[in-house]
Amino acid sequence: MKARSKRLMLVGGGVVLLFAAVALVLSAFQQNLVFFHTPTEVAEGKAPTGKTFRVGGMVEEGSIKREADGVTVRFAITDTAKIIPVTYKGTLPDLFKEGKGAVVQGKLENGVFQATEVLAKHDENYMPPEAAHAVEQAQKAATTLSQ
Amino acid sequence: MIPELGHFALILALVLSLVQAVVPLVGAQRNSMALMAVGRPAAQGQFFFIVFSYVCLTWAFVTSDFSVQLAATNSHSETPIMYKITGVWGNHEGSLLLWAMSLSLWTVAVTVFSRHLPDAFLARVLGVLGLVSAGFISFTLVTSNPFERLLPAVADGRDLNPLLQDPGMIIHPPLLYMGYVGFSVAFAFAIAALMSGRLDAAWARWSRPWTTIAWVFLTAGIAVGSGWAYYELGWGGWWFWDPVENASFMPWLLGTALMHSLAVTEKRGAFRSWTVLLAIGAFSLSLLGTFLVRSGVITSVHAFATDPKRGLYILALLVIVIGASLLLYAMRANKLMGGGSFALVSRETSLLANNVLLTVASASVLLGTLYPLFLDALNLGKISVGPPYFEAVFVPLMTPVVVLMMFGPFLRWKDDDLAAAVRKVAPAFIASVLIGFGTAWAVDHVTWRTVLGLSLAAWVVLASIQLLAGRLKERAGASAGSRLRSITASWWGMWLAHLGIGVFIIGVTMVGSLDQSLDVKMKEGQRAELAGYSFVFRGAVDADGPNYDAARGNIELSRDGRVLDTLTPEKRVYRAQGMPMTEASLDIGVFRDVYVSLGEQLEDGAWIVSLYYKPFISWIWMGCVLMGLGGIFAAADRRYRRLAAREAAGAGQRVAASA
Repeated sequence: MKARSKRLMLVGGGVVLLFAAVALVLSAFQQNLVFFHTPTEVAEGKAPTGKTFRVGGMVEEGSIKREADGVTVRFAITDTAKIIPVTYKGTLPDLFKEGKGAVVQGKLENGVFQATEVLAKHDENYMPPEAAHAVEQAQKAATTLSQ
Repeated sequence: MIPELGHFALILALVLSLVQAVVPLVGAQRNSMALMAVGRPAAQGQFFFIVFSYVCLTWAFVTSDFSVQLAATNSHSETPIMYKITGVWGNHEGSLLLWAMSLSLWTVAVTVFSRHLPDAFLARVLGVLGLVSAGFISFTLVTSNPFERLLPAVADGRDLNPLLQDPGMIIHPPLLYMGYVGFSVAFAFAIAALMSGRLDAAWARWSRPWTTIAWVFLTAGIAVGSGWAYYELGWGGWWFWDPVENASFMPWLLGTALMHSLAVTEKRGAFRSWTVLLAIGAFSLSLLGTFLVRSGVITSVHAFATDPKRGLYILALLVIVIGASLLLYAMRANKLMGGGSFALVSRETSLLANNVLLTVASASVLLGTLYPLFLDALNLGKISVGPPYFEAVFVPLMTPVVVLMMFGPFLRWKDDDLAAAVRKVAPAFIASVLIGFGTAWAVDHVTWRTVLGLSLAAWVVLASIQLLAGRLKERAGASAGSRLRSITASWWGMWLAHLGIGVFIIGVTMVGSLDQSLDVKMKEGQRAELAGYSFVFRGAVDADGPNYDAARGNIELSRDGRVLDTLTPEKRVYRAQGMPMTEASLDIGVFRDVYVSLGEQLEDGAWIVSLYYKPFISWIWMGCVLMGLGGIFAAADRRYRRLAAREAAGAGQRVAASA
C-alpha cells in the first residue's frame, strides 16, 4: 500500500469512527432527556403521559401522609396556583419538609404523579432552581391575570 | 490584624506572580539570562506569600475569629478542630485560595526539579504558570476576598455545611485540586514548546512525569470523592453523573488521553499536534470545571457560590486561556507536521483510536453537562440529563477502549502483522467471553450488560497475565529475579493501571447487576431479611456530638444465625443550622458491603430503615488504587532521572564551552 492510500484509510477510518460515536451520543441524548414541567403545566395537560419528566415546586402544607407500611408516602407539590398529588416509595431526603422546595421525577398515572426520585434542597439557603422557577412562573401568571 | 496581614500577603503574591509572568517571558524573547533568572525566585517568593496568607486565614478559623466574614459563615466555636481547618476550603473564597496555593506548589516543584531544562524553556514555563496564577489570585482578590471583615462581629458562626464535616472532605478537595491544577504544568510545557517552536521528543519526555503525577492526584481525588458520596449521602450510590462530578471526570478522560499521546510523542515523535491540543484541552476542562463548580450555575451539592460576577470572571479567564493558546497553536501548526510514520496496524494506531474514543467520551460528558445550562440560559425550557444518558453513551464507547487497551500492548510500534497479533490474543479473548457468560450464569444474572462487563474484566485480567508472561519469556536464560528486575518501572505502571481498570469493571458490573435494597419500617426487636442477611433492630438511643444532636440506631447483622456485626447508623441534626443529616453505617467486606441508614422516626416510635447489600463495591476503589499506583510507578521510572542528569551535564558543558 502506498503511504498516501494508507493515510487515506487511516483518516477515513477515523472519520467513520467519529461519525458512529457522534450518532451514538446524539441518539442516547434524544432518548434520555428528562423535561421539566411546572404543576400548572401538568394540570393543563401539557406534560407527557407515560414518559418520565420532572415537576418542581413547594411541598403543600399538611399534605404528607404515610401508608401503613411506613415507606410509601403521599404528598402534593404546588407552585401556589395548582396542586399535583404525588406518591413515592422509599426514603425521603433529609431536607424534605412541608412548605419547602422539592423536585420530583417520575411518571403521571391517572392524575397522580408516581415519583421514582425526590430531590430536596441541599442546605438552608438553597432552593432547587427548578422549584423556584415553577413558583415564580405561577406568581407571574397570577399578577398578569389580576391586572 | 492577622487577617489584614493575610490579605496583604496575597496582594504581594499577586505582584510576584505578575513579575514571574512578565520578566522571564521577556527574557526568553530577548535571550537575556538575567531576566530569565528572575522566574525561579519570583515563583518561590510567591509560594511563600500564598502559604503565609493561607495560614492567616486558617488562623481566623481555628481561633474562631468571627469578625472575618468567611469564618462566621463557615465555622462555629463548637466545630471540631479538624473541621475548622478543613472548613477553610469548604467554601468559595477559601477553595480559590487553595487553588492558587496548589498552583504555586506545582510551580515551585517545577523550579526545584528542572535543573536539566534549557533556561529559555524553563523561563517560558514559569512565565505561563505565572500568568495563570496572576489570573486566579486577582480573581480571588477582586471578586472573592477571603479576608473580608464582618463588623460588628457575630457572637458565633453559622458552621460548616454538615455534609462537609467528614474525614473524606479532609483529603478530597486538596487531592482533586492538585490534580486539576497539575494539568496547568502540562499546559505550560506545551505552550512553552509552542513559543519556542521546539516540539520534539525531549519536550514530551519532560512533560510526561508531570502529567502522570497530576493524573494520579486527579484519580485519587475522584476516587475519594466517590467514596465520600457513597457513605455520606446515605443511599449507597457511588457515582451520580452530577455536574460537579462530571467537571472532574472530563479533565480525567482527556488527561488519560494526553498521557498516552505523550508516550507516542516521546517514543515515536508522532501525534505532536494532537498532544499539544490535548494538553490545552485538559487544562481548559480543568478551568471549565472550576467555572462550573465555582459560579454556582448548576444544581448541585457543591454549588456554594451564587454570584454571577464571579462566573463571568472565570468565564473570561477561560476564553482568554483557550483563545490565546489556540491562536498560538494555529500560528505554529506548520511546525508540527511530520514525525514518525506508522502503518495501519501498529501500536500507534491502537493508541490513536483510544485517544479519539476518550476524547469523544469527554465531549459526550461535556454535552450532557452543558446542554441543560444552555437551554436554561436561552429560556428554551428546563431539562435534565441523568445517569441513563451517560450510561447509554459510556458502555458502547468504553467497550472498544478496554478491548484495544489490552490489545495495543501486543502490537509492535510502527508496523505489525494483524493476523499474527490476533492469533496471539485469540485464546485469551475467547476464554474471557466464555468466563463472562459462565460467571453471569453462575450468579444467575444473564443480562447482556453483566455478560459484557464480566467478559471485559476477564479480558483485562487474562491479557495482563499473558502480557507479563510474554515479557518474562523475553530473557529465557536469566534467573527469575533478574528477569523481573529487567522490567522497567514504567512498564509495571502501565500493567498495574490497566489491571486496575479490570478490577474496577468487576466492581461496577457486580454492584450494578446484583445489589439489593429494602426500605422497611422497624420497631424495636423487629427483624428484616435481605440477600441472606438478617437485620434485628435493637432500638435507637441519643448520641449527641460536639456540634450536633443525634439518634443512634442499633442494628444487629447476622447470617445463618451467626452475629457478624452491630451497625450503628445515625440521624443527626447540626445545631447551628438546624440541618438534618443521615450518617450511614457499613459492614465492609472484600466481596460485599452491607450498608444501613436511618430514615425518619414515625409517630408510633418505629423508624424507617434502609438496608443495602452491595456486592464487590470495594473493587471499584481497589481498581482506582491500582490505577493510581500504576501512575506512581510510571512517573518514578529511572529513565527520567537518568536522562535529566545527562541533559543537566550536557547543559553544563554547553555553558562551559560558551564561557
